[in-house]
Amino acid sequence: MSLPYYNKVVVSFEEVTKTYPYYAYIIAGLKNFLLKLPQAIKHSRKRFVALKNISFQIYEGECFGIIGKNGAGKSTILSLILGVIKPDKGRIYVKKRVSALLELGSGFHPDLTGRENIILNGVLLGMRKRKILREIEKIIEFSELGDFIDQPIRTYSLGMIARLGFSVVAHLEPEILLIDEVLAVGDLGFQKKCIDKILSFKQNRVTIVFVSHNMQDIKNLCDRVMWIEDHTIKMIGNPDEVIKAYEQNFKTKYIDEY
Amino acid sequence: MDIFYYFDLISVLTAKELKVRYKNSILGYFWSVLNPLSMALIFLFAFKKVLKIPIENYTFFLICGLFPWQWFSNSVMVSTNILLANATLIKKINFPSYIIPLVSVLNDMIHFMMSIPIILGFALFYKILPTATWIYGILLLTISQFLLTLGISLFISSLNLFFRDLERIVNIGVTILFYGTPIFYEMNFVPQKYKSFIIINPLAGIIENWRNLFMKNFIDFPLFWKNFAYNVIIFFLGFLIFKKLSYKFGEIL
Repeated sequence: MSLPYYNKVVVSFEEVTKTYPYYAYIIAGLKNFLLKLPQAIKHSRKRFVALKNISFQIYEGECFGIIGKNGAGKSTILSLILGVIKPDKGRIYVKKRVSALLELGSGFHPDLTGRENIILNGVLLGMRKRKILREIEKIIEFSELGDFIDQPIRTYSLGMIARLGFSVVAHLEPEILLIDEVLAVGDLGFQKKCIDKILSFKQNRVTIVFVSHNMQDIKNLCDRVMWIEDHTIKMIGNPDEVIKAYEQNFKTKYIDEY
Repeated sequence: MDIFYYFDLISVLTAKELKVRYKNSILGYFWSVLNPLSMALIFLFAFKKVLKIPIENYTFFLICGLFPWQWFSNSVMVSTNILLANATLIKKINFPSYIIPLVSVLNDMIHFMMSIPIILGFALFYKILPTATWIYGILLLTISQFLLTLGISLFISSLNLFFRDLERIVNIGVTILFYGTPIFYEMNFVPQKYKSFIIINPLAGIIENWRNLFMKNFIDFPLFWKNFAYNVIIFFLGFLIFKKLSYKFGEIL
């Protein structure tokens, strides 16, 4: 049920299934593997299903929201779009360059200063160093970190790290931007600034995939929302309708259980 | 993506490692040469003073073997945990993960290069005047040792994700390799029937040549090329295994 003014598909999932191995077997090590070989082989075949046969499309320039309980499979979808994991079954097409803000401070080093981390993070996210150096004053200004920018980031609060992280990503010129729940720790002023930046991305036809538990943000930003429940798509469509159903479902469950 | 981007990526990450190392202690350089120097002292006492090993300039002999060894063993030991330590990069940022062991080996290589002035100091002390051989010799041997070290690091770092107790085996392996490499003894001390064991050790050829270079200003080229071919093969094997396993990194980290 695509909206008429979006036509070009930039991300497409076709009957995608993703399973994960059980972690306990992996960390048990070589000793365990050799001593309990038959058991270990059996365990290595056992996998839990993170996504079951899901299909959806994301169109160029839209803001696509993903909601659902913890552990439903939202982050797995983002990782699949980013390409850091591969599906077991099905096909995934990603037609543009993906930039991601998936975890606070990923790619930051605590002993380096904010300024040094901008360069490090920018390069890791795919920017040329020359470009980062050109943009660095703008990035610092956007982050509003002031004198803290020359302090090691282990002295930063979570909110400050989020500011720095978003500031770098905001200057990446992304084509597809994945944002996973990282804005929640910033203060209201910075959250507003991030939302404004995301809105300006939207105007520039940047595709945004946005995972959040803040329904207000989802309503404000997203053109379509996908609700993931029990590792599969429960509903996909207009934000107001999906969120209403999602909240309704939550309430009934709550009453049923207690 | 273009080659210039990879150059940026590797140089920024390597600079980061060096910065972090020296930020934590101003004496960083001192620490990185203290280890091989103190080992040299211990061996000097045990083998020269106690066991009276018949090697001339034994201190310098030890230094020539221990500094390159230090590079190799540091890189290999660190490689067991290096992907786990950088899990967020692999899981949250889509970038070529082989860069991580590559940067680690480069970093240890730079430390080795920075310790060459100390080796030079010892050479002068023992009245050995370096010739131009040092310039291309250092370059060739560094490349050869780099390929060997990186190949092994790639292999161990990727395998460790699947068997997390590999570190213990690697520790034992490194110790065996240390004694199986002519570092504190000479190749011709080894009885004939054990020689083949030493020769299959790719590090032996490199250490021999480092010592030829630093102590006698020459490189044994037949040995070098044989060893180089060996190291290239190890590098490609390590790289292939890493590549083969790397598509699973994201899900098991």
